[in-house]
This record gives sequence, structure tokens and C-alpha cells, in this order.
Amino acid sequence: MAVTTNNYGTKVWARRTSAKQNAIWLGWFSGTALFVYCWQQINVATTWAFVWDAPRIAGDLVSRAVPPRWSYINELWLPIWDTLNIATLGTLLALFMAVPVAFLAANNTTPSKLLIRPIALLIIVSSRSINSLIWALLLVAIIGPGMFAGTIAIALRSIGFVAKLLYEAIEEIDENQVEAITATGASRLQVLVYGIVPQIMPAFAGITVFRWDINIRESTVLGLVGAGGIGLQMQANLNVLAWNQVSTILFVILIAVIISEWVSAKVRGAII
Amino acid sequence: MSVATSKPLGAARRWKKPPFIKRPLLRWGLILGALIYLVLATASIEVNWLRVYEGLDRGWRFVLAFSQPDFISRWTDIREGMIESLVMTVASTVVGIAISVPIGLGAARNIAPLPVYLICRGIITVSRALHEIIVAILMVAIFGFGPLAGFITLSFATIGFLAKLLAEDIEDTDKSQAEAIKSTGGSWLQWINYGIQPQVMPRLIGLSMYRLDINFRESAILGLVGAGGIGATLNTAFDRYEFDTAAAIIITIIVIVMAAEYSSGVIRARMQ
Repeated sequence: MAVTTNNYGTKVWARRTSAKQNAIWLGWFSGTALFVYCWQQINVATTWAFVWDAPRIAGDLVSRAVPPRWSYINELWLPIWDTLNIATLGTLLALFMAVPVAFLAANNTTPSKLLIRPIALLIIVSSRSINSLIWALLLVAIIGPGMFAGTIAIALRSIGFVAKLLYEAIEEIDENQVEAITATGASRLQVLVYGIVPQIMPAFAGITVFRWDINIRESTVLGLVGAGGIGLQMQANLNVLAWNQVSTILFVILIAVIISEWVSAKVRGAII
Repeated sequence: MSVATSKPLGAARRWKKPPFIKRPLLRWGLILGALIYLVLATASIEVNWLRVYEGLDRGWRFVLAFSQPDFISRWTDIREGMIESLVMTVASTVVGIAISVPIGLGAARNIAPLPVYLICRGIITVSRALHEIIVAILMVAIFGFGPLAGFITLSFATIGFLAKLLAEDIEDTDKSQAEAIKSTGGSWLQWINYGIQPQVMPRLIGLSMYRLDINFRESAILGLVGAGGIGATLNTAFDRYEFDTAAAIIITIIVIVMAAEYSSGVIRARMQ
């Protein structure tokens, strides 16, 4: 709030001081300039003749994709089962690695704030920054194509996510309970098991189911780089332009994701 | 007196930790089901251990590559790819937010009529269920190769995230403030602008910053299917087993993500 005096000598109320007003204006100006620059870059790199043609192409695609070839679903049960397994086993594998990392990263449980905590945080950041498809790409190059690479890729990507949310939950626990357990003469392990774990258990279960749900969605595309699951079928059909089978696969993925989201919401609702 | 012969109270019964799930039938059923599933799921993964063993050598070379990443020999490709990724990120986040706000308003049950609500929720569900890569494949097929396809993909993905969380936030707003504006005779626009908007603005800004992060991370993989950005360069580096270049790209991604996360954290802290 600021009061300024105008030319006639009367005082006028304004919401902000003029310096603040200018700063806000400058912020909007530079933001807009940045956006225009970015749009210009995209503009230069685009062949607009193709874009003007897009409605026709889109119509063509839709006419090829509709109606979906429903009988193809019978060949999709196994890939869907594989996709589910990649997501579930990947999540489980991630939990085994994420829990220790989370305890090492949390401010109140880490053994050493100077040495171990930064390392744990670095593991979390690297795992989170790299998309599971990039992990899959890397693992396919290293250990060969297949579901195994996909499972490991999902696990590596999930570590950072689970560990980050879990260590934040650990840092928010009620210290009184920990103190009460410590006061009974409990060992460090007992403090962990009876003082900390019961407090973070609901958060842990919620995070796990949440990540599992995300992983179902991610594992549907791992096949595009050869890491197993329903993506393999999609890639094969895209290569031969069998759009009516692609649309069947998309439909199956949509249903699978909606079901998994529903399950995860129900479980989280029951826990919290 | 029978004090000497009676057992001290509680000697036969020891305290046991209460189980996480209280009903024994449900508990054992879940454990058994989980075990059966684990066996079946693990059996569905075929691991070629010989191939994995051979791959360990390459994996080790990749880890070593991180100690001496090669920024120089492909520097022009890395720089152009990174700039393209950043350009796509900024442009798509701005456009995505602009589209998300009306859809978010429409998807909030307390301010939107039922037909609008169902349509907006439908858009959100489709956008959330389809992985970015799948959308990118379709967009490349329709609009041709290049950053425009990536830009449209990321804008579409932003809607599912931002509109959903915005709608949930609007549904949680304090009714009395909106009621107060309505009772002064404000129009629909004034009602939204003065009754709802101030309540959700801090969170909307926080979510937008968070989405900027996510969009950058996602933009790094869109290149795999030809939708622009650093992904194409990364894919080529893996295909040629040029692990030192791949390491350089991954390190650049991690550094940018960390910088973005740090600055968005600062901005979010100042907003709230």
C-alpha cells in the first residue's frame, strides 16, 4: 500500500509503491519477451506447409484408426500382464533401495550431515532428473532388450521419487514419540522400529501406491525403446501403420491406467 | 495366603506389536496372494544372464564415462538440443497454463454446471492417462517432425496436471469469501476474480513452477520419437555407444533440473 500526491495536491491511494509497480511490469515484460523469443525459435524450426496440411492428415488418421480392431485385444492380454509386472516388480525393487536412502537423507536420522546426507541427496536428484525412458535406453544398451531392462529402469527412476517423499515424511515426524522411546533405554534400532516407523507407515504406503500408479503409465511406453511391455506391440503396429490396431492398444492402455488410478485412489483413501 | 505360589501377573503373556492389518483372515489372505503374485510375476521375466554378464563390462564403462564426460566433440549438437528443449519447455508451459485455467475452472464441481464438469474432467483424464511419448508419436504423425510437435505434446500434458490440481484446489476454497462477493451483486467474472482467484493464486503459481520442471524433464525424451529437443542427440549417443557424450548430456540435464528446482523452490517459498 502506498499513498502518493497528485498534481492538485490531493492524496491518492495506490495498491503498490511505484517502484514495486515497475518491478512487476518489468517481470511481465521480460516474461512476455522470453515467450515470444521461444515461439519464434519454434516457428523457425517448423515446416508450416505440413502444419496447414495437419487437419487433413488428422482426419485421415482418424478414419484409419476408427473403428478399432477389437479382435486384436486377444493378443494383448500377455503384453498387459507383462506391463503390470514391470510396474509392480520395479516399484518393489525401488522400495528396497529407496528406504535406506531416505533414512540417510532425512535431517533427523542421517548418520552424518556433512558426508552421507549430500551423497543421499545426490542419488535422489540424479534418479529423479532422468526419465525412466532414458534409463531404459541406457539399460537396453547395457544388458540387452527385454522386460528385465524395463523393470530395472522403472526401479531406478522410482528410487528418487519414493526416497524424496519418504525423507520429507521422516523429517516431519513428532519428535516426542522418538524421545519417549529413547527414554526407555531403547537401542538405535528399537528407536527406529518403534519410534519412527509407525509414524511414517501411512505415508510410506501412500507413496508406494502412488508411485505404482505412475509406473503403470510409464511402463506402457518402455517397449518403444525395446524394454518390454505393451509398448513393443505399439511400436510394431506403428511401424506397419496398422492404425486400427494402434487405436485398440491406446484404448487398452487408457482402461488400464484408469483402473490403476482408481485402485490407487481407493487404497490411499483407506490408509489415510 | 497364596502369594508365594501365584505367578506374577503377565508373565505368561508377552506384549506383541499390533499387526498393520487387524483382521487375521484378510491379513493372511493378502500375504498369500502377494506371494503367489510375486512368484508368477518373477517367472514372467526372462533374464538372459549371459547377456547381462557381458553387459556388465559396458555398464562399467558407462559409469567410468561419468568421471570424464565429453562435452567438446559434440558440443554444437548438445547446445542446440538443450536450447530447443528449453524453448519447448517455456513455450509449452505458458500455453499449457493459459489453457489449464479455464479447464480447471470447468472441472471444479462447486462452480461449474454438470455438463461442463463432465467434459472438462474427460479432457483431464485422457491427458493424464496417455504418456507424453504416445501423444508425441501422434503429434509427429500429424504435424511433422520438429519442436512444434513437442510443444503441442507438452502443452497437452500440462493440462492434465495443472487443470486437475487447480480444480481440486478450487473445490477446497472457502465458500464464504465467494459468497460475500456474490452478495455484493458481482458478475460471474467478478465472482471468480475476487472470490476464487485470490484463494488459489499462490498454489497456482507454485504448481506452474513445478510443471516447468516436469516439462523440461519430459522434453528431454521427446526427441526419441522426433519431436525435438535433446533426446535425439542422447539417443544417437547411446546407439553409437558414445557413453562419454551421453554422460555429458545427462550431467547437463541434471544440472539444469537442479537449478530449476532450486529457483522454483525459492519462488514458491516467497509466494506462500
